[in-house]
Amino acid sequence: METIDFSARSSGVELLGITKRFPSLDASGETTAVNAVDLDVRDGELVTLLGPSGCGKTTTLRMIAGFEFPSEGRIMLGGRDVASVPPNKRGISMVFQSYALFPHLTIYENVAYGLRVQRLPAATIKAKTEAVLELMQLSEMAKRYPNQVSGGQQQRIALARAIVIEPRVLLFDEPLSNLDAKLREYMRDELRKLQKRLGITSIYVTHDQAEAMAISDRVVIMDGGRIRQVGSPREIYERPESRFVANFMGKANFLPATFEGREGEAARVRLKGGRAATIPRPGPLSLGTGSAALLVVRPEGILLRKTGGMLSGRVLRATYFGGVVSYEVESEGLVLLVEGYNPQVTGVFAEGEGLGIDLDLESVRLLPIES
Amino acid sequence: MRGREMRRRLVHMAKDPALFLIVILVFVGLALFVVFPLAKIFLYSITSDSGSLDFGPAREALADRGYARTFGNSMLLGTITAIIATIVGYIFAYALTRTDMPLRGFFKAIATIPIISPPFILSLSMIFLFGRNGLVTRRLLGIDDFDVYGLRSLVIVQSISFFPIAYLTLTGILSKINPAVEEAALNLGASKLHIFLTVTLPLSLPGIASAVLLVFIQSMEDFSNPVVIAGNFSTLAVEAYRIITGMYDMRGGSIMALMLLFPTLTAFVLQKYWLSGRSFVTVTGKPGQARQRTSDPAIVWPLFAFCALVAAVVILFYGTVLAGAFVKVWGINFSFTLDHFRYVFSLGWAPMRSSIILAMLSTPVSGILGMIIAFLVIRKVFPGRRLMEFSSLLVFAVPGTVVGIGYILAFNGPPFFLTGTAFILVMVFAFRNLPVGVEAGSSTLLQIDPSIEEASAILGATSATTFRRISLPLLKQAFFSGLVYSFVRSMTAVSTVIFLISPRWNLATTRVFSLFEASKYSDAAAYIVIMIIIILAAIALLNGLVGRMGRSERGA
Repeated sequence: METIDFSARSSGVELLGITKRFPSLDASGETTAVNAVDLDVRDGELVTLLGPSGCGKTTTLRMIAGFEFPSEGRIMLGGRDVASVPPNKRGISMVFQSYALFPHLTIYENVAYGLRVQRLPAATIKAKTEAVLELMQLSEMAKRYPNQVSGGQQQRIALARAIVIEPRVLLFDEPLSNLDAKLREYMRDELRKLQKRLGITSIYVTHDQAEAMAISDRVVIMDGGRIRQVGSPREIYERPESRFVANFMGKANFLPATFEGREGEAARVRLKGGRAATIPRPGPLSLGTGSAALLVVRPEGILLRKTGGMLSGRVLRATYFGGVVSYEVESEGLVLLVEGYNPQVTGVFAEGEGLGIDLDLESVRLLPIES
Repeated sequence: MRGREMRRRLVHMAKDPALFLIVILVFVGLALFVVFPLAKIFLYSITSDSGSLDFGPAREALADRGYARTFGNSMLLGTITAIIATIVGYIFAYALTRTDMPLRGFFKAIATIPIISPPFILSLSMIFLFGRNGLVTRRLLGIDDFDVYGLRSLVIVQSISFFPIAYLTLTGILSKINPAVEEAALNLGASKLHIFLTVTLPLSLPGIASAVLLVFIQSMEDFSNPVVIAGNFSTLAVEAYRIITGMYDMRGGSIMALMLLFPTLTAFVLQKYWLSGRSFVTVTGKPGQARQRTSDPAIVWPLFAFCALVAAVVILFYGTVLAGAFVKVWGINFSFTLDHFRYVFSLGWAPMRSSIILAMLSTPVSGILGMIIAFLVIRKVFPGRRLMEFSSLLVFAVPGTVVGIGYILAFNGPPFFLTGTAFILVMVFAFRNLPVGVEAGSSTLLQIDPSIEEASAILGATSATTFRRISLPLLKQAFFSGLVYSFVRSMTAVSTVIFLISPRWNLATTRVFSLFEASKYSDAAAYIVIMIIIILAAIALLNGLVGRMGRSERGA
């Protein structure tokens, strides 16, 4: 049905050793906001930059947009270095956190703006604007002003305005953070559907890991200006390569252990209490025998039982959420986060109750202690 | 590493040639029409006629008792006026922001009249009312030898002229004080007086300091009032003029003008930087949040009486001039006549026309330039940004006399022979009237999400397009303030232009001045009345034009 082939101009983005230094606040030196970042975003892909505030994700996005200039490194857009191309010549679009709609223009004019500044023929502008308004279900309100429509509609206007110019890359700067929780989930699914349908290369910045999981082809975890891990949401959740990543993408327990050698792919470890265990898929490891390590165990990877188990413990706190019960369990001086699913069938442990603990060794990862 | 980043930034700018060009042009303009004349007057004061360094005249001047007395006079006048005007302005502002007294709109209108009115008008009233043939002194009281000229009259006239500046500054401050703070104090059981003394007054102290400094600057640089009503009380602005035009001592006049510049510049720097850059633009004052206004009669009615008294004085002074324009000879023959208006539209029309033409030419230049500078300074990163801001605001603190003398020194010789041309008058108006536009524009831009302009850029617009289609329409209100201020100041400037006019480009204000010197007071009154009408018409016109701005080039 589309009169516009949105993916026609879409192209990949390559960051090569991008570094950004800012003068520090006390003007005595510099702080490095983005540190030697390499990233290859393939044509048509949606990549999320995920990290805590101050991790450099927004600065990276703004460098791709052209609002900031890298101190070092190159930004390749469709194979061409665009480091010294101003934002208005890059053919990129962006959806802003605040939407940044033009308050003095109607919704129609907001969407048409990018076409007008290109001085396209009036008929083309009209056709494209109307097609995109139709696509985004905004035709009804085309004559209104941004302050006369709801937050969700403003969000759609911002998106319409960004895609109508058929950008090579679409950038999103925490676009959903101004919406309430329900609408945010709905818009995030809409956004993902639309992006898949249009096939425009997209780079999406967020600090919300659930959002990142829901929409991304690949997630880039950033911290302190550096990339910590890149992978599909599933790869990152199931195979975190550092304590930081494991903690940031979902919840995790870290159990200290001693590495005792390999058995083929599997790893033998000794837990703190003295029990031995064999981990079938510990991940890539370069540990010496006898060195300290951490077991990464997701809350759903810990199984609670009335008696027996590898370890014993006591329930400190139980919070009932309906489909899941969230526990804090004390064992061997550690506090473990545990999630028990389907409590109607499996039952609920009471606070203060003593119990046995088993680990789902299949899902456990092993990390060096200093990671 | 940073060099590389800066180079990329410059490459970006070069690829946005409009931006690059504008930055260069603005710098050249500011250097030529703000900094150069100032540098010139400095250098001139410390060089001899042969061009060599010579501190002699400056040292002599500083040791001279006459110079010292004049300096002392100006400082005294500035201080007294600043204190009185600030007290009146504070009471006005408090009454209008904190009480529900009747006629608030009327009082607000009263407080804007002195701001947009031509020079000389209050002094003229003073003479009409209390002069040798004054209505009050001679007619009502039968005093023959009342001396209206001197410090006392000057303080009265300046206080009326400048209390609106204090009022507008303080209104801004008072309405920004979070009502919750005062309500909290009230909840804690404090009496209203106690709240005023311990919460409201301390919180408005920066505003009070600001108002005092701003009025002080205005009072110091005032030329039109002291020149006609100061009598033997010499002030710097007037003496500089007399030394140059009467004694043909350009250097002596320059030194005196510089003695005027130092206190005003100090006050400006204190106001701008010590008071953490509090805006001196008061025309744009945004309404604060809803506030519980007091209706306690013990508070409302004394304040109302005070405001009514001030309003009565303002009306008396302006009404007197209006009446004076219609009588044959004030004080002697009070019969009705239109002769004075006939004079304005015949012999007096040429300078009026010049003033209107020059104001119309300089107003858009100044208004647009002000918005451009605000935009560049707030939104763009380029070397010398702070310098651009400072030099564009600087002229606010530079007395007109200094500007006028600086312009003669700078443009009355090779390579520029520009004095007496319309061009130089337009330029002096355009650059002198920048600050209000720059300030109003900056404070508006600070409140507009910068992503809006980034959105425009990333959608493919150049800086120039973004400025024209996005920023300027959003800056409408500030733009309007800048235009109005610029037009009013161009129409009413005296000290700045008195050195720059020529027989070909004589101006309305200088004509009024010569009417004064010829004691043709009623002609002057008629002239001033017509000037007020023109200014009001221009404001209405600008309002209409700016209101339509941004609504054009629409349509799908």
